[in-house]
Amino acid sequence: MSTDTAAPPARAADDDQRSRATSPLASWASDVRTVTWRNLIKFRRNPEILLFAVLQPIMFVLLFSQVYGGSIQIDGGNYTDYLMAGIFGQTVLFGSTFSGYQMAQDLKEGMIDRFRTLPMHDSAVLFGRTNADLVLNGVSVVIMMLSGALVGWRFHEGWLSFLAGVGILLLFSYAFSWVMALLGIVVRTPEVINNASFMILFPLTFISNAFVQTDRLPAVLEAFANWNPISALVQAVRELFGNTGVAATPDTFPMQNPILTTVAMSVLMLAVFVPLAVNRFRQASSR
Amino acid sequence: MAIIEAHDLRKTYHSRSGDVHALAGLSLTVPEGTVKGLLGPNGAGKTTTVKVLNTLLRPDSGTASVAGVDVLHDPEGVRRVIGASGQYAAVDEHLTGRENLEMVGRLYHLGGARARARAGELLEEFDLAGAGDRPVKGFSGGMRRRIDLACALVNSPQILFLDEPTTGLDPRSRLGLWEVIKDLVAQGTTVLLTTQYLEEADYLADDISVIDHGTVIAEGTADELKAQIGGHRVVVTLVDAADADTARAVLARHGTEEVQQDTGGRTLSVPVSEGPGALQHVLADLDGEGVRLHDAGMRRPTLDDVFLRLTGREQADDTTSELEESA
Repeated sequence: MSTDTAAPPARAADDDQRSRATSPLASWASDVRTVTWRNLIKFRRNPEILLFAVLQPIMFVLLFSQVYGGSIQIDGGNYTDYLMAGIFGQTVLFGSTFSGYQMAQDLKEGMIDRFRTLPMHDSAVLFGRTNADLVLNGVSVVIMMLSGALVGWRFHEGWLSFLAGVGILLLFSYAFSWVMALLGIVVRTPEVINNASFMILFPLTFISNAFVQTDRLPAVLEAFANWNPISALVQAVRELFGNTGVAATPDTFPMQNPILTTVAMSVLMLAVFVPLAVNRFRQASSR
Repeated sequence: MAIIEAHDLRKTYHSRSGDVHALAGLSLTVPEGTVKGLLGPNGAGKTTTVKVLNTLLRPDSGTASVAGVDVLHDPEGVRRVIGASGQYAAVDEHLTGRENLEMVGRLYHLGGARARARAGELLEEFDLAGAGDRPVKGFSGGMRRRIDLACALVNSPQILFLDEPTTGLDPRSRLGLWEVIKDLVAQGTTVLLTTQYLEEADYLADDISVIDHGTVIAEGTADELKAQIGGHRVVVTLVDAADADTARAVLARHGTEEVQQDTGGRTLSVPVSEGPGALQHVLADLDGEGVRLHDAGMRRPTLDDVFLRLTGREQADDTTSELEESA
């Protein structure tokens, strides 16, 4: 190491910081951008992350549309059309769990300690995380839509409605990412996050309208499915894509007002979990 | 003038198996431009101390300031003037060395151009220019530590916290890193170093604080600490273990404390007060008794002796993390 970087550069760096002391909002945005960039590099260098994010839903598409498709009845509709909204919902739901896994991983590996010794905005670590995972979910959704198109899925309500459907999927996934991010900070063990989210989310997607009409379910499960937030998300997307078929919409508030329910639910999740996660993060050095 | 000051720091972790007092009234001062070594066994509170001072952890009570900035009231002010390099190389292994440095530079708000330039400078200085554009994942242990240390230097900090910087490194990488740290100190950086390696503290630190059970149990330069536990020791190795009792009696006559005998029974040592003179007397007496020797000599106490004396146990030689981190 050369010897010409004595104390003077310290002062130079200091001046640099002062001269760049822009508004807090601008420096926060810069921190968020930097952390998002860091997380996206990881996705780019590890394409298997994306592969595993879409592998399971692709298997479900094949399983349900090709293997069981003939045995599942949808009133007056095309099952592949009906199925895909459920698949999209499932894709973003599981995609968002990555936020929790990765927060726990960063804590475990000491990256969070590194961030916390820097004069950056704490919350930027979380925003950078959820932003990157939103991009991952966006790419996954595009891949799933192309896969759906291959097996015959189409949307029928025009582009505007289609884009609204995509928007609502991403809004929900972003909000759910924050729930998972908080979980990641609290649980701290990446493997536990993975297993626990699978155990909870798997039945949640199955006892919903994602793959079957809820009126075909046993009574108790039908009631649960008609109030299941996943059902509301899937129903909202299904309506916006024009994939509902002719079956009567179940008579519960979330199913009658799925778009309102999903948007309200997402906003509520953000309102609760963004401050909660940021606050928890501040206390969560690696101990 | 003290650039790092800590007064009566306390931190207790509550766990099912009872309370762990990670810090039990620890106080510390480090004068500007010096290297302070924190030495202690696993779980003694070394890492906890560093984490309080570099703002990663809030103590339950006590005060601390770094470069005149209050750690508890203005953590961000502290973060601007320090660099920290952790026990486990906290660099992103999916990023290249250059990207890691650039990221840190941007998070110091140097701006894109300055962050890029600084990354280039540091890669050169740390001899990583060739490997700088490969993901850190493929780096050797020594390279990883270097890039980790480089990350801590992006803002040319006045004060550097090094938490077990060479744990797990091979001897050659360790020496390399020691040289880098020596250079930094020569340029005026103040360093607070934790280590389990006595030789590391001996080599790098101007001043050592021995920590055990969350408090400082001894302080001073390596020489002062060694002097504290007595000056020289006379050490003899016998040809025949059967002479051990005779030799023990002779050593006891000239020593100031109890005679120590190694497990083989053939090497005995005792602290003495008057240095080389005592060795002559011991040798003459042993000769008179007809005890034959393989080897005899004087040795100054090592930090190991200090450690053994102060903490009542051998320095741990494993590299597991401190207790509080698994708590």
